Amino acid sequence: MKISLVGISKRFGNFVALDNVDLEVRSGELLALLGPSGSGKTTLLRIVAGLDWPDAGEVRFDGEDALNRTVGERNVGFVFQHYALFRHMTVFENVAFGLRARPRSYRPGEAEIRRRVGTLLDLVQLNWLADRYPTQLSGGQRQRIALARALAIEPRVLLLDEPFGSLDAKVRKDLRRWLRNLHSEIHVTSIFVTHDQEEALEVADRVVVMERGRIEQAGTPQQVYDHPRTAFVHEFIGESVVVPVLIEDGEVRFDGRSIGIDPQGSPNGAATLFARPFDISIVPTSSENTLTGVVKRVHGIGPARRVEIALGSEGSGTIVEVVALRSQQWRIGDFVGLRPEQYRLFTHAGRGAT
Amino acid sequence: MTVVPMVEAELFEPRRNTDTVVARRLDVREDPTWARLSVIAVTVIFLGVFIVLPLLNVFAQAFAKGAAAYYGALSAPDTLSAIRLTLVVAVISVGANALFGLIAAWAITKFEFRGKNLLVTLIDLPFSVSPVIAGLVFVLLFGLQGYLGPWLSDHNIKIIFALPGIVLATIFVTFPFVVRELIPLMQEQGTEQEEAALSLGASGLRTFIRITLPNVKWALLYGVLLCNARAMGEFGAVSVVSGHIRGQTNTMPLEVEALYNGYQSAAAFAVASLLALLALVTLVTKIIFEAHIAKGRTP
Repeated sequence: MKISLVGISKRFGNFVALDNVDLEVRSGELLALLGPSGSGKTTLLRIVAGLDWPDAGEVRFDGEDALNRTVGERNVGFVFQHYALFRHMTVFENVAFGLRARPRSYRPGEAEIRRRVGTLLDLVQLNWLADRYPTQLSGGQRQRIALARALAIEPRVLLLDEPFGSLDAKVRKDLRRWLRNLHSEIHVTSIFVTHDQEEALEVADRVVVMERGRIEQAGTPQQVYDHPRTAFVHEFIGESVVVPVLIEDGEVRFDGRSIGIDPQGSPNGAATLFARPFDISIVPTSSENTLTGVVKRVHGIGPARRVEIALGSEGSGTIVEVVALRSQQWRIGDFVGLRPEQYRLFTHAGRGAT
Repeated sequence: MTVVPMVEAELFEPRRNTDTVVARRLDVREDPTWARLSVIAVTVIFLGVFIVLPLLNVFAQAFAKGAAAYYGALSAPDTLSAIRLTLVVAVISVGANALFGLIAAWAITKFEFRGKNLLVTLIDLPFSVSPVIAGLVFVLLFGLQGYLGPWLSDHNIKIIFALPGIVLATIFVTFPFVVRELIPLMQEQGTEQEEAALSLGASGLRTFIRITLPNVKWALLYGVLLCNARAMGEFGAVSVVSGHIRGQTNTMPLEVEALYNGYQSAAAFAVASLLALLALVTLVTKIIFEAHIAKGRTP
């Protein structure tokens, strides 16, 4: 099912949670709403579900207005961050709840309920826990039961609020992969909220990056990582080396030296250079078009070393962390040059690449 | 294997230097024995003299003239009427407060609205107002000299010095018990489970009956229990509105007073022993409920 959000705005008192958000969710895709806390991602998810109502805007499911339907009528599967399992019911009864809650004419018979719940518990690989109570399960198991319960009503859309938020790192990784596989099996349109960029990039077909109630960028993981549209996206997704620079007639300057030509044609004045740590190489200071700095710390094991360098000839500026080959031996106190092989410039207005 | 002899050596040589040092350090950290014992003794003696002894005395006095006199006192028509009235008042006021309590706790914990804090403060009011004043409020409102008195007497409706007045005063005094048990628990549980049930297509009523009610079941029963104990034992507020008509508007606590003032102390204590028994039953049930509530809190 396709979901269209048009001009969604929502305030809580003086706090603007969502500011005129437009978003299309394609049928069958797995979409991640990614952003820091307070960026409005959970509010947006709850508005799609019908657990919150927007102050302005439209929510359409396959073109039909969803706002005049309650959460129960929208046929959405919602998975809560803290699972919200019914603790006085067994796992089986939890999963069966949605089927038993149907109006009598649609309600399947007891045998059919047993069969359906069994299938769902098989799907989440937890059939052996059917008679347990939620308190007797581990976090990962609870999360999967919550998912099975949401799927029991055969939802048209699956909504997950920080689905792996309260699990430990190992379980998180397993469940991520498992969710990805599950989605390719059942192919229901799914939206999940996360503040973990790694999670979003790994699991989602498309990532929507949110900040302060607005969508900063929407695209495939590849797009948002390789072509961040704003400074915020560049910093939030993946690691960034951030250097304050000056633009002078198409030339990028730092500490009195030219770093290179500005390929984006930014106006004169202050700007910020963003680069990925692995796109910066450490070179002798005599090289042309480099930043300069002093090595402050070298750490890391394995094929690559991480070198912390304080920018500026005095070594008192911003500290950047870049990746160096193991063959290069850098010592603390070395005066080095840094050449960004690829970078993007954002002017201080902050919004959008110039 | 080399570890074993060392462990054994330590076990069998307890009087080595290090052991005495450890022992002395433990002593310093703990309070001296005499201090611990005297604090415990004071508590036990205080409880014994001021609570257990008087309670035992109630039963002793009740049976002072023998079991037959005890039974006779309880089966006197006035006493039976008082017991009946007390039960009726308790059933109505506890029922009403359980219902109001659930609704009020729901409103306070699940919705955001203006004046919510004021409402929470108002709920506690009956605890801070003297019960006598609670009774007087109703007399001023419904009594013959009260605001609504003339209208009520014109329409032949009796509230003061009758069952309705007693029930109203009892409801007022016992209102906070159920709400105060429910609010903290419902606040802690939040609305996620209800939202989950609604998203699965359950109706509001079904969500309430299948999700909310089971989640607060033990706290609700606990509140009802405390409410009931107070409703049956309430003296001050009921005393003001009842009119003390023996055999008609006297509840058990009022009957105890009437008997005692009439120099029928054995009979007075017999009725009092029933109230004391109620207190003991309440206490035991309370302990059981508390265990269940503690279990329910763990997620």
